[in-house]
Amino acid sequence: MTAPPVIEAKDLDLTFQTNDGPIHALKGVDLTIDKGDFVSFIGPSGCGKTTFLRVIAALEHPTGGTITVNGMTPDEARRQRAYGYVFQAAGLYPWRTIRGNIKLPLEIMGYSKEQQDENVEKVLELVDLKGFGKKFPWQLSGGMQQRASIARALAFDAEILLMDEPFGALDEIVRDHLNEQLLALWARTKKTIGFVTHSIPEAVYLSTKIVVMSPRPGRITDVIESPLPKERPLDIRDTPEFLEVAHRVREGLRAGHAYDD
Amino acid sequence: MNRIVPILTVVLAIVVLWYGAAIGMNKKWALDQAGRAGVELSTSEVIADTWSQDRPVLPAPHQVAQELWKTTGAMVLKGRAMSKRSLIFHGWITLSATLLGFAIGTGAGILLAVGIVHNRAMDMSVMPWAIASQTIPILAIAPMIIVVLNSVGIQGLLPKAFISAYLSFFPVVVGMVKGLRSPDAMQLDLLRTYNASGGETFRKLRLPSSMPYLFTSLKIGMAASLVGAIVGELPTGAIRGLGARMLTGSYYGQTIQIWSALFAAAILAASLVGIIGLIERRMLKRMGAKQ
Repeated sequence: MTAPPVIEAKDLDLTFQTNDGPIHALKGVDLTIDKGDFVSFIGPSGCGKTTFLRVIAALEHPTGGTITVNGMTPDEARRQRAYGYVFQAAGLYPWRTIRGNIKLPLEIMGYSKEQQDENVEKVLELVDLKGFGKKFPWQLSGGMQQRASIARALAFDAEILLMDEPFGALDEIVRDHLNEQLLALWARTKKTIGFVTHSIPEAVYLSTKIVVMSPRPGRITDVIESPLPKERPLDIRDTPEFLEVAHRVREGLRAGHAYDD
Repeated sequence: MNRIVPILTVVLAIVVLWYGAAIGMNKKWALDQAGRAGVELSTSEVIADTWSQDRPVLPAPHQVAQELWKTTGAMVLKGRAMSKRSLIFHGWITLSATLLGFAIGTGAGILLAVGIVHNRAMDMSVMPWAIASQTIPILAIAPMIIVVLNSVGIQGLLPKAFISAYLSFFPVVVGMVKGLRSPDAMQLDLLRTYNASGGETFRKLRLPSSMPYLFTSLKIGMAASLVGAIVGELPTGAIRGLGARMLTGSYYGQTIQIWSALFAAAILAASLVGIIGLIERRMLKRMGAKQ
């Protein structure tokens, strides 16, 4: 338990200057994420959950407070390839095959040809897309494309996986299936995962830690350590423990909204 | 088969209209001639005459076709394909200027587009000039290009190629800027998380994304190049090239010659654009486009 936290944010502020005046995307955010955590960020749109993920990935820079990733600044961590990022859309290059898409980060990071092939095979198996390497993205369903984009994020073996509503555009049935697969993948790879969602069941089902956020200014209203076991079959969602956690998340969301209306 | 029928229908309609127009436009000459000779012409004789005059206002399609064959295929059969009376010879003169101009224009267009996308100062300064350049009528600027280049000792192919390039770089700049900027913020963010350099972003994302845009621009640029080469031949009293054929034709009232040169130019343009289309299809297929 004495291992240093993977991500540590202290009193983090981020203000965007826009034509309509400043927007406080994040205000006074304190959060610690430990190695191997599965952390979900949940809240209404505009609550800063995506912004916080982007700050971790050094895609945005905070205007106040501090954040460290593995004890480094996010920029340094990026240079050390500390994270794989999965966006809401799969964003595969249509002119590359699935294999070519997964190779993309490996090419940029200068892996040898053999190492590239080896990694691609490994992650294709991890996301259950073995045999689809030679297909082009348009030949795959939406869910399969998103799995390929997860494979791409896993290919260079980053310690931290950041996922920004990766299943938001998929239907409920595919989503359930991918949630199950994601948990299995997390158990096998022992990655630290940051996961943005606005689905309460998804957040509760997946996470060891649920961060409830609220908008204007974007801030954390509750951090829930999930009491659910690591082994989670889909029907755990009908157990009282699950419903209790979901209830607390809902309460947190409501509290965040209270003075707003 | 489904595509050929409508195309043939339209071609047929044009030919019919054309023959009709030839009767109307050439009738006056036929009647004047007959009046001077003091003969009465029956309607069918008038029609026959309007389709077979030496210097008609509007030559009939078969006259243009005959002239085209006489100055191309027939000359090849006689082994004189490159004689000065051959349209193949004149076509080649124009084609070489077109291709050189197209190459220069495309190269310059791509370089400018890369500059515009990667350099803020160029973004602000180059585009207005590129647009302004296209608002000047090419007919006004072509003689000046030829005179200026001639005074520094550049003659022949190159001045015409420059005029071609002047017309063809613009669609390439516009298309490539749009193409190179077509990747969305998410795809650029993705490459940032890999810590990719500007060069890698260009090679792996921007350039491949721009290919469909580039080919569309190339087709427009190729047609513009041919127009440029022909226009480059007009104001200089050139004696070689399709433009020169049109010019001499108009000096001597050789309408059939003008029309056959026009058709030669149209066929040339269609073939060049068709070739680009073929390359495009093969290239995009290799890039995984849906069939």
